[in-house]
Amino acid sequence: MSAAPTQTAKLPAGRDRTASWYEASARTRVRLLLDAGSFLEFIGPEMREVSPHLQVFDLPEQFDDGIVVGRGSLDGSPVFIAAQEGHFMGGAFGEVHGAKLTGLLRAARDIKSIPVLILFDTGGVRLQEANAGELAIAEIMRAVIEARSAGVKVIGLIGGRSGCYGGGGLIAGCASALAVSEQGRIAVSGPEVIETNRGVEEFDSRDRALVWRTMGGKHRRLLGGADAFVDDTVQDFRDAALQLLRSAGDFGIDTLKAEQSRLEERLQLFGTCPDAVDIWKAEGVPDADAIPALPADQFISLADEVRRINRDAR
Amino acid sequence: MEDLSFSHKAHERAVGTKNIAIIGVVASGNLEVLAERILPDTECLVEIKTAAEGFGDVWDAVVADFVERTSPGGLKFSINDGGARPDTVSLRLAQAVRLMEDNDQ
Repeated sequence: MSAAPTQTAKLPAGRDRTASWYEASARTRVRLLLDAGSFLEFIGPEMREVSPHLQVFDLPEQFDDGIVVGRGSLDGSPVFIAAQEGHFMGGAFGEVHGAKLTGLLRAARDIKSIPVLILFDTGGVRLQEANAGELAIAEIMRAVIEARSAGVKVIGLIGGRSGCYGGGGLIAGCASALAVSEQGRIAVSGPEVIETNRGVEEFDSRDRALVWRTMGGKHRRLLGGADAFVDDTVQDFRDAALQLLRSAGDFGIDTLKAEQSRLEERLQLFGTCPDAVDIWKAEGVPDADAIPALPADQFISLADEVRRINRDAR
Repeated sequence: MEDLSFSHKAHERAVGTKNIAIIGVVASGNLEVLAERILPDTECLVEIKTAAEGFGDVWDAVVADFVERTSPGGLKFSINDGGARPDTVSLRLAQAVRLMEDNDQ
């Protein structure tokens, strides 16, 4: 660790922790997030564990099936880590992709003492392997809950181009804590899905401001779905991961009950709000209309004032 | 999908001691290159799976130019291609060779 600052100082721009999380590949995120040189990959690309389904559709495969899993250290402490590549098939879950994450979580469950970081960047289930992908989501959710029941903290980091949608949003909802950047949208049904099913009057997927306001990091932080809001750099995600590893609470039936009450209260308070801005106003956020344009640092101090995360929930 | 394979004699062994490197992602107009130091010092093999069919002659020229320029002896390159242009292919191959020059494992 002591040699790290001098090493990174020599690197060209974008090769150190000031790099944009959004722009970085899954492999770059893993390499820069963890302590330098500490990453050890499981089932690496040289093993060529590719999807058994894509060939049928005459589609190209990727050697790691779009997810990097392994172990390393974060500020000297061991962690398991999984990172989805949002550029390969929208970071979507397929059979092998999902199995790699399930295996990692089950290892964490059995070892008990090593936390898991999941770097989400996904549109949800890969349509070409729908049934296998849906099963993978269910297996992963079960594995997250089993790991947390064994005392393992599972932290989600969300700030990639594909956001965290579909089954990814469900898995994120099972995690101990989440850190999100403004770009990192979290939801289950994506903008196009809602528009297709409910009509453009319900949700205009081309209205980018609406998408970000409804599903983006700022709203998730203010609503309490995400525990930390961070600026779009690897360093900020690293700091947030370390902080959440310290602060994330234990897991049990009381946690679930508290989370259920929080969600019921949320529906009661904001159920009739037609837009995220109305929720912020109902929350008493000063100058709610200015929030979407607020720089990250100003938003973070605002969010800290407005809403303390309920430690019992999540 | 189309599978292509090009085998070349290289003048010199590729610099460095790294045994494996990977660069790029499989996306539209992009590709991933997996480099492995598993061949005899004077040989070079490039295996390609590409979504864009019928461009064998272009691949042949790009790979021959790459081997001539960098002399990647001892390296096997495995490519998953999402329809990258020749300049992107050349860039990724050069990046893979550069990564193999590192001495850390």
